[in-house]
Amino acid sequence: MTALDGEHAGGGTRSAGWAEDAVARHAGAEHLRSEEQVLERIERTRRRRPRVREDRITLAHGAGGKATHTLIEAVFLEAFRNPVLEALEDGAALDAGGARLAFTTDAFVVSPLFFPGGDIGDLAVNGTVNDLAMCGARPRHLSASFILEEGFPVADLQRIAASMARAAAAAGVEIVTGDTKVVRRGQADGCFVTTAGIGVRERPITLSAASARPGDAVIVSGPIGDHGITVMLARGELDIEADIVSDTAALHGVTADLLDAGGDGVRVLRDATRGGVATILNEIAGSSGVAVVVDEAAVPVRDEVVGASELLGIDPLYVACEGRLVAVVAPSRAGAVMAALHAHPLGAGAAVVGHVAEDPPGMVLLRTTFGGTRIVDLLVGDPLPRIC
Amino acid sequence: MRFVDEFRDADTARALAARIAALCEPGRRYAFMEVCGGHTHTIYKHGLEDHLPDAIRLVHGPGCPVCVLPMGRVDDAIAIAAQPDVIMTAFGDMMRVPGGDGSFFDAKAAGADIRMVYSPLDALKIARANPDRRVVFMAIGFETTAPSTAMTVLRAAREGIENFSIFCNHVTIIPAIKAILDSPDLRLDGFLGPGHVSTVIGCRPYEFIAARHGEPLVVAGFEPLDILQSVYQLMLQLAEGRCEVENQYSRVVPWDGNRRALEVIGEVMELRPYFEWRGLGFISHSAMQVREAYARYDAERLFAVPGVRVADPKACQCGEVLKGVLEPWQCKVFGTACTPETPIGTCMVSSEGACAAYYNFGRFSRERVRAGATGPTPLADPVMPR
Amino acid sequence: MCLGIPGELVEMPVDETDLALVSVAGVRRRVNVGLLTDEEDLAVGDWILIHVGFALAKIDEAEAQAALEMLHGLGPAYDQELADFTGSAVGREGL
Repeated sequence: MTALDGEHAGGGTRSAGWAEDAVARHAGAEHLRSEEQVLERIERTRRRRPRVREDRITLAHGAGGKATHTLIEAVFLEAFRNPVLEALEDGAALDAGGARLAFTTDAFVVSPLFFPGGDIGDLAVNGTVNDLAMCGARPRHLSASFILEEGFPVADLQRIAASMARAAAAAGVEIVTGDTKVVRRGQADGCFVTTAGIGVRERPITLSAASARPGDAVIVSGPIGDHGITVMLARGELDIEADIVSDTAALHGVTADLLDAGGDGVRVLRDATRGGVATILNEIAGSSGVAVVVDEAAVPVRDEVVGASELLGIDPLYVACEGRLVAVVAPSRAGAVMAALHAHPLGAGAAVVGHVAEDPPGMVLLRTTFGGTRIVDLLVGDPLPRIC
Repeated sequence: MRFVDEFRDADTARALAARIAALCEPGRRYAFMEVCGGHTHTIYKHGLEDHLPDAIRLVHGPGCPVCVLPMGRVDDAIAIAAQPDVIMTAFGDMMRVPGGDGSFFDAKAAGADIRMVYSPLDALKIARANPDRRVVFMAIGFETTAPSTAMTVLRAAREGIENFSIFCNHVTIIPAIKAILDSPDLRLDGFLGPGHVSTVIGCRPYEFIAARHGEPLVVAGFEPLDILQSVYQLMLQLAEGRCEVENQYSRVVPWDGNRRALEVIGEVMELRPYFEWRGLGFISHSAMQVREAYARYDAERLFAVPGVRVADPKACQCGEVLKGVLEPWQCKVFGTACTPETPIGTCMVSSEGACAAYYNFGRFSRERVRAGATGPTPLADPVMPR
Repeated sequence: MCLGIPGELVEMPVDETDLALVSVAGVRRRVNVGLLTDEEDLAVGDWILIHVGFALAKIDEAEAQAALEMLHGLGPAYDQELADFTGSAVGREGL
């Protein structure tokens, strides 16, 4: 190794302001001599209130991982704080005028708008229906708002509307109100859809990501990652072809069967959208203060999703689904729930993928097919294709 | 055979692990460096360390091309990307790597047109589709990736595509290993050689490591059994008093490498006199630049870049961690100034860097994780065959 | 440092672009095989190692098979050794 001075670099040397600032900020910190002390300090840092460090929004803030969580907690929760919102569930469980309601909202910005197995229209309806179903509610009414880019083909809009109508009819919901705005060319990507949904919680149960208990079974309702991989390939930039379609589907029917079978033994229901199954499991582990242990060999993944994930160097556990749910169920009811899932077309590929354990709290552990263990952490942003 | 699942069998791993454990001399500790970030990835992904006895430690070396990229080069690339007529293209790995003033993602948020590609050929395709824009490919990687970049430049030349260029940051592995071997405080018992680099350079370039430095090296594949078997081969060499270069990954790596790939690199690129590696400093003849004959495809010649070196803070001890001299927690800035959210040094940049992995996972000891993961899964029934 | 994925050659290049069609678990992509030298005479059904859209090496099936046989041979043989060893230890120490 030849140690050279900065002058060899041509343009001189400077320091990275942000790095020097960080060092200076912590200059007073004691240099700890024992590993235990260092680990304790890390734990303290992690418990601190999250702070958005970036000056601008990056794509990672919308990916559902750590950056999204930080943004939500530091900006929105901070501004809107109330007990219902603090639960950070898929939808809000409300009591209004004597009725037990579930209320949710969702925004859809998928690109491309049309992809194998679906389009932004049925995706929007199904996504909203699913958020309500995950609250244990029967979906009833939806709203839909459209932000359209100047120049967007009317025929495409008609196609999207027809698809939404079909999906709503299939899910037994009505789209009862809406709004339309048009922005100048370049200010949107064709068509964005925002929905809200109301459902009725007819069952005397409360589902919450904070309800998982040691010993519970962790179930997914079918093969994971189909939607995310389909959309990634449909963009065409990767030049990868596969016979795979989005799993977008309304889960209210299969959820009702599951709840009939599992009753109050069903503790948590979540649909594994952005961030995939791994992100949902991390949220459950964090909210419930438990460990979630997953058996890699038990996780259902289609060959094509495995193949595309291998080529791109991503992990299917983090890839989005739009028609799959994660259920945490008391062990005594797991058999009944699995039977109910397998009897429904949307649960035919269901599997018990793991269980809830006591320690270490807040962690998702994966028992690998290789006989090892690893921690499945939240990603900062989207899973990125990698070469190394 | 799919050359993947066959090399992930848990029973074979357990048998191999027992063999490895039996080779450990009582009271002796072993440290092997996996030079390659791909190996580090496999080790974490499959929980491979659970199969190794406590006496064996794997040291994660400098083989992640984005982690060792100096911040000044990221700044230069962002300066190019900020030109209004430029489309910068890069592998996904590059997007979060910090420069002196932020990452590609930050630059993109500030308005630069930066696109992720899977292959350098995809960057060329973007150039074809956008004749009125200048398309630059952020070329990174070791000898594995350099031939692909070179082939893409040759194709651009053959097709006469004039709006395509590369910002060349290709590095070479041997000088980096030399730098580590020359370190006076080195405490390693052997190396896992980088399998995919070796498809190109072959196994001969490692011979000096065994012959002159007395360190055994086994060129290893990337499935978990490959790595475990390579550790076994290293242990066997130590037990038998041998010190050789062996090729565990013979299904892919020819002893003499890929002649055509080496020719293509040589046609388009030449060695730089020196290049800076984050954590290791300046290393002579450790990187490549575009040859004069292909100057019109060289972004470094086409664009005026700042070329300002960005120094790591003095407190950063990545070099020692990379060489296995310090454990991550012993570094002066670990966990305070340097965290995965604000990575000061290379070992924290990628989630597989030694420090990032330790920060995220180290707080729970292997024992505690293993204990947590035991216990029955109710009704576990793999329904879908994988 | 370098992600390399085995894929099966399903269609040879049709022109001078060297782009062959390769399948990874049923997922298909065009991969440039121009880095493989002619004497390796590629054929449909061969397996290659893919990195950033290029084939870096042809995978040697015989070598892979031999490696696997060696690995699988480690298991039972060692179990036997271990059994012999503990058997004799038990005998010696009279547990």
